[in-house]
Amino acid sequence: MQKKKRRFFYLFVFPGCLGIMVFVLLPFLDVVKRSFTTAVTGEFSGGKNYEAIFQNQAFLLAVKNTVRFTLICIPVLVALGLGTALLLSGLKKGRLLKAVYLLPLAMPTATVALVWKLVFYKQGFFNLFLTRLGLLTGLWGEVHREYLGTAAAFWVLVGSYIWKNMGYTVVLWLAGLSGISGEMLEAARVDGAGSWQRFWRITLPNLKGSLYTIVILSFLNSFKIYREAYLTAGAYPDQSIYLLQHLFNNWFVNLELDKMAAAAVCTGGVLMSAILALQRLWENG
Amino acid sequence: MDIRIIKKFCMAAKQAFLFMVLLLPALLVILPILLLLSGSLMDIWELGKYISPAFTEGKEFVSWKLLPDYPTFTGYGKLLFETPEFFVLFWNSMKLAVCILAGQLLVAVPAAWGFAVYQVRESRGLFALYVVLMLLPFQVTMLSSYLVLNKLSLLNTHQAIILPAVFSTFPVFLSYGGFKSIPCQMLEAARVDGAGEFTVFVRLGIPLGKSGLLSAMVLGFLEYWSLLEQPMAFLENKYLWPLSLYLPQLTWGQAGFAFCASVITLIPAVFVFAIGQDYLEQGIIYSGLKE
Repeated sequence: MQKKKRRFFYLFVFPGCLGIMVFVLLPFLDVVKRSFTTAVTGEFSGGKNYEAIFQNQAFLLAVKNTVRFTLICIPVLVALGLGTALLLSGLKKGRLLKAVYLLPLAMPTATVALVWKLVFYKQGFFNLFLTRLGLLTGLWGEVHREYLGTAAAFWVLVGSYIWKNMGYTVVLWLAGLSGISGEMLEAARVDGAGSWQRFWRITLPNLKGSLYTIVILSFLNSFKIYREAYLTAGAYPDQSIYLLQHLFNNWFVNLELDKMAAAAVCTGGVLMSAILALQRLWENG
Repeated sequence: MDIRIIKKFCMAAKQAFLFMVLLLPALLVILPILLLLSGSLMDIWELGKYISPAFTEGKEFVSWKLLPDYPTFTGYGKLLFETPEFFVLFWNSMKLAVCILAGQLLVAVPAAWGFAVYQVRESRGLFALYVVLMLLPFQVTMLSSYLVLNKLSLLNTHQAIILPAVFSTFPVFLSYGGFKSIPCQMLEAARVDGAGEFTVFVRLGIPLGKSGLLSAMVLGFLEYWSLLEQPMAFLENKYLWPLSLYLPQLTWGQAGFAFCASVITLIPAVFVFAIGQDYLEQGIIYSGLKE
C-alpha cells in the first residue's frame, strides 16, 4: 500500500517538480557558482563579490529601507486589519463593505499608479484636501508639500501597501474570528466577564494561528509594493524608498551579474532561514 | 416607554454608527475608481484644464468634477477604433494570463492532489520547500530565470513569462487547501467500489475540491493581469508587452488616453473579481490554512 501511495505521489507531483528543477533550483545552483566568480571572465574570485556588496552604499541603503518598510508595514496592517475585522463582525450587513475592501486587490497597479500620481503631486488632490481642511478649521493655510520626491514618499508607499492589502487581511482575520466558538464567549459573558476581558482572554489567544498566517502572507505581499514604487517614482526614486527590488533591477539592467548573484544568494538565504524559523514557530504555536 | 423599543433603537443606532465608521475607508477605495471613470468620460480640454496645475509650477491646485461638463465617449472611440496597437497589448495581456492559468491547471492542480492525498515520508519536506519557493520574491530568482531562459533562447518571447509562472507554487498551496477539505473516507469508498486513482482524482477530487483551484485561478488572474517585473526584465520588444507595462509609459500629454486605457484595463479584473468573489475569499482563507 505504502509503495503504491508513493508511486502515485510521484506521478502527480513529478511534472511540477521537474519544472521547478529546470526553472528555479538548477539555475539557482548556477547563481551560487557565479557569486564566487568574476562577471566577465568567470574566474574564481573567492568572497570578493560578497565583500563588494557589503561595502556597496546602494546595497546597504536598500537593505535598510526594505527592512524598515517591512517592520513598519506589517504590524500596522495586522493591527488595522484586526480592528476593522472586529468592527465588521459586529455589523449585520457587512458583506458589501467586505467586497469594497477587497476591491483594491483586483485593481491593476498600472491604473492605481495614475491615481496616486494625481493625488500626491505637489498641486494634487491630497494637498488640496489638506488646504480645504485648513481653511475649514482655520488651523493652517495653504499646503504645498512635496511628497513623491522627498522622504515622505516612504509614507505614501506605506499607505498604498495598506490600501491594497487591507481587504486580504480583514478576510483572513474574519475567518479566524468565525472559528472562535460563540458558546465559549457566551459562557464567559454569563460568568461576568466584560467585553474587554473577553477580548483579551478568549478572542486574542484563539487568533494566534491566524496571526502567523497573516504575518507570512503580508510578508509575501510586501515584496509586491515594488510595482507601486516603480510606477509612481521610477527606477531611481527618492532614497527613502530605494528598495532591494530597485537595486536588483538596476543591477540587472546594467548587467552587474556578479553582484546580483552574491546579493541573490544572501537575500535568498536570509529569507529562507526566516521562513523556516517562522514555519517552526507556526507548527509549535 | 417600552424598554424593548429603546433597546432596539440603541441597537440600530450602534449598527448605523459602525457602518458609518467602516464606510470611511471604503470611500478611499471608491473615490479612485470614480476618478478614473469620470476622467475617461471628459474631453481633452476639460481634462487638461483640471489636471494641468499638477505638473506646472504655480500655486493653483488640481480640480475635478465627478460629473464632467461635457461627457463624451470620444476618448474610448479613439482608443478602440483608431489605435490598433492597443489591441495588440490587450491581447498580449490576455494571452499571458490565460496561458499561465491553463498551464497551472495542468501542473499545479495534480501536484496539489498528490500532496493532499498521498502522504508519504518525503511529502512534508517537499511541501515545506514549496512554501519557501512561494515566498521568495521574483528579484531573488530573477537571475536564475534569466540564465535558464537565455540558455533555452526564450528571452524576448512570451514563453519567457509563461513557462516560469506555470511552475509557481502558490496555486499548489491554494488547491491543496481545497483538496484537503475532502473527507478521505469518501475517496476510500470510491476505491472500494473499484475506481482507479485517476478516476478518483477526476471524478471526485476536482468537483469536490474545486473551490481551492478556482480561487487559485481568480487570485492568479488578478496577479498576472498586472504583471510588471517579469516582462520588464525579459521582454524587449514593445509589441510583446502586456498592458500593465505599457500604461505607465503614457505621459500627461496623453492623459485622456491614459484614463480610457486604465478603465479598460480595469474591466477584466473587476469582472473576474465580481464573478469570483466568493472563491477569492475562500482562496484567501485557504492560503492561510494551517497544515
